[in-house]
Amino acid sequence: MSSIEDKLNEDYKWGFETQIELEEFPKGLNEKIVTLISKKKEEPEWLLEYRLKAFRHWKTMTHPTWQYSKVPPIDFEDLYYYSKPKSQGDKPKSLDDLDPELLATFEKLGIPLSEQKRISGVAVDVVFDSVSLGTTWKEDLEKVGVVFCSISEAVQTHPELVKQYLGKVVPYTDNYYAALNAAVFSDGSFVYIPKGVTCPMDLSTYFRINAKETGQFERTLIIADEGSYVNYLEGCTAPQRDENQLHAATVEIITLDNAQVKYSTVQNWYAGDKDGKGGIFNFVTKRGLCSGINSKISWTQVEAGSAITWKYPSCILKGDNSEGAFYSVALTNNKMQADTGTKMIHIGKNTKSTIISKGISADDSENVYRGEVKIMPSATNARNYSQCDSMLVGDKCSANTFPYIDVKNNTATVEHEASTSKISADQLFYLHSRGIDNEKAISLIVNGFCKDVFKTLPLEFSVEAVKLIEMKLENSVG
Amino acid sequence: MMLEVNNVTASVEETTILNKINIKVNAGEVHAIMGPNGSGKSTLSKVIAGHPDYEVTEGDVKFAINGKMTDIEELEPDERAKEGIFLGFQYPIEIPGVTNITFMHEAFNALCEHQGAEIMNEKDFREYVKSKLPLLHMNENFLDRAVNEGFSGGEKKKNEILQMLLLNPRLALLDETDSGLDIDALKTVANGVNTLKSKHNAIVLVTHYQRLLDYIKPDFVHVLYNGKIIKSGDKSLALELEKKGYDWLIEDHK
Repeated sequence: MSSIEDKLNEDYKWGFETQIELEEFPKGLNEKIVTLISKKKEEPEWLLEYRLKAFRHWKTMTHPTWQYSKVPPIDFEDLYYYSKPKSQGDKPKSLDDLDPELLATFEKLGIPLSEQKRISGVAVDVVFDSVSLGTTWKEDLEKVGVVFCSISEAVQTHPELVKQYLGKVVPYTDNYYAALNAAVFSDGSFVYIPKGVTCPMDLSTYFRINAKETGQFERTLIIADEGSYVNYLEGCTAPQRDENQLHAATVEIITLDNAQVKYSTVQNWYAGDKDGKGGIFNFVTKRGLCSGINSKISWTQVEAGSAITWKYPSCILKGDNSEGAFYSVALTNNKMQADTGTKMIHIGKNTKSTIISKGISADDSENVYRGEVKIMPSATNARNYSQCDSMLVGDKCSANTFPYIDVKNNTATVEHEASTSKISADQLFYLHSRGIDNEKAISLIVNGFCKDVFKTLPLEFSVEAVKLIEMKLENSVG
Repeated sequence: MMLEVNNVTASVEETTILNKINIKVNAGEVHAIMGPNGSGKSTLSKVIAGHPDYEVTEGDVKFAINGKMTDIEELEPDERAKEGIFLGFQYPIEIPGVTNITFMHEAFNALCEHQGAEIMNEKDFREYVKSKLPLLHMNENFLDRAVNEGFSGGEKKKNEILQMLLLNPRLALLDETDSGLDIDALKTVANGVNTLKSKHNAIVLVTHYQRLLDYIKPDFVHVLYNGKIIKSGDKSLALELEKKGYDWLIEDHK
């Protein structure tokens, strides 16, 4: 039998579940669970204190209501906050000693981990539910002084760096989910690029949620010391389930003088079925601090999954002449809701920011761009250019743009352009009349629309992104 | 026989535009469809190309596929194109962000694949396209601009003819290819169309004015009015129309 539904379900080929024995903490959220997570990881006292403070603060907060999306109430007592494969034991192992079931899982996801098969030119940290399973190419990176490991490991091996920077860009008081993350984060990646080093390969983290009713709260911290450079990539998938699952991550980036970080994401969490059943709630706080002069941070994201996304990768441009960029393609179909955008806070002189956002909405979905450009009094000669384009596929979806501009220095130049278009029947017919089939025609139009963003992605990522967008739209047009 | 339009009635949103049209086109022939504005000329070419907005409510369109006259009702527009039907648009459509060369390359390779021929790589394709440019007085920089975006009227029409030459269709339907062209551009475009002419290809020109026909000699001229063919003849009919206008023909059909 091959109904349309089967076809639709087939489309999320990452939706399988790995059958594996788990070690979980009991459901629910309280100081005991927070303490248990910290003890499990043998964390220093200051970190436990930090978690508890964050937890107590979170308790005083209420769930945000400013967003455009309709979010069903989340029962935080009915979630697991810590879940990991039992075979992992308490100490990290070498990747070659991983449970074969886990190796097979990542191989199936296109991330071979064993020494012989691993992808050359990219180091990968794999996070499975609440823990990092390991990091490839670690020794090679250590030779040039680059630290790339799980954040739990960094707490043990580089406590001074973690203590100095954790929570400095995204304080736990920042927002509801940042507070929650600070209290219960279980793992994530840590990157330190030493002075003057251009990281010899791309670094990437692959996030996989597998366990049921489990929240994933990862924490990533990237520190680029003076004059260093790194290209960082992030990918994510989850099994297909009827229940919603929560993913609330925090990512912090710090660039010192003359350093540059490029951060790219292809987000493909399970988005629920065509009736909106199931899917991941992706509530993420990502922020970079260009703390040094001439430093640069760019965020590129392709958001193609999740039932609901709230995500605003932002830059605080503190160092003079520093630059921030945000390039985004957000695709929603079926009943997905995405509320995404960026904040560019100009503090230093001659700071520059670029925002290019392309939203594509299909079926019954809602796609919102929300952005803020803030020019502080100190930011003499600051410049911003924003372009927000929306494309509608069909007539039941919606696209909204909420740009906020706040200029407190009259030497600033701020430009904003916005457009909304439809994949028109005329465009499709024109391409069809040249022998180009419907699928190819849509992909040409969408690729043309997203070109300015795709070209900022590393090649292999952009190929993946293009395929992903094509696949998602296949059933929505025509 | 190449194309047979048999008793075709077609409508858009329940308004009848074509009323029992009959046309037969053989390989090697050039036909001109003429008529005043709103007579249904453009609709006829769109119906043959398979535009989804038009519904054929009566009659059928047959096209020679593998030497056999085949009803093409069930063929999608892209399938018709791959069988060798080309529609030159009166108002070519813009596709932002997609370069002309990428677009043409996709179309060309889709055709190759359909014909079981080997697809052409990017480099060879560019050389192939470049070889066609001088004929149309086009610059190479056309290839790297977004499809029809910011093109002048004349550039758009030349671009249509370029695509036609690359795809080498058996049947070219050219919808008002002459509109908005100055005399030099008209000659260039006509020259391009004439290179397609052979005993294997047929051309159907949809035009309001006869001046195009000075450069592309039609074998048959059909006058369309109110969705009906009210007169057919040879080239001399077009000249007569130029002299006398359409009114003397229309009188009897009002």
